[in-house]
Amino acid sequence: MREILHTITCAARVEKLGEIAEFIEKCAERFGLDVKRAFGLQVAVEEAFVNICSYAYPEGGGDATMTAKAEEDCLVLEISDKGFPFNVLLLQDPDTSKDITEREIGGLGGYFIRRLTDNVSYRRENGENILKMVLHRTGTS
Amino acid sequence: MNIQTTKVSTTMVVTVAGRLDAVTAPDYERRFTALIAEGEKRFIVDFEKLDYISSAGLRALLATAKRVKGISGEIALANIGGTVKEVFDISGFGSIFSMYESVDSALIAVNK
Repeated sequence: MREILHTITCAARVEKLGEIAEFIEKCAERFGLDVKRAFGLQVAVEEAFVNICSYAYPEGGGDATMTAKAEEDCLVLEISDKGFPFNVLLLQDPDTSKDITEREIGGLGGYFIRRLTDNVSYRRENGENILKMVLHRTGTS
Repeated sequence: MNIQTTKVSTTMVVTVAGRLDAVTAPDYERRFTALIAEGEKRFIVDFEKLDYISSAGLRALLATAKRVKGISGEIALANIGGTVKEVFDISGFGSIFSMYESVDSALIAVNK
């Protein structure tokens, strides 16, 4: 079964997060994604989107497109943009064991995306950054 | 996001409701900056009504906590549960903040 659930294109501006959150909620509900996983997906998508706004379009002016598909028992979400080549997954993980005064601010985005999805991959194709996130309908734990 | 403040003796209880994300995190920081400028030093952040937090929200929390430490103040978090707690756990923030199960228990701890 391969079914496109929903797709959205919007300006890559942080203020658009509310629209994207609604979109993700709708997709997760239609697919029947476990509530906890749907929350994780919300966070992962925010991280990806915010990074597109800052790094793919540092001067603003571009769009991001999200397409959600159902593939068997998985929700597959692709986020694409036509900005500068940028792979959020290459950002270095933060040291999560450091104490409050030593923790640097930042670096959590890519880490969250990896932790909150079952599989994630990046590719550069036809001048687009494409980040593909896969989540099983229910968790193993 | 909606922020309400209540002063309990010498402690400011800051109740945060809704979403703490990349859009609302700057408001959260601004609110704390203003409270610190007004001379507040002890804070409890009540997250009972917080529905959502992302790394931008955590960054705002961390930046705020550092500022409070900078004035030799105290900050504790209360009522972190459900899905919000998961984000705290995977980030490691669960271990760097003082967290309590209720505002009352946080008040006792902060005023020790």
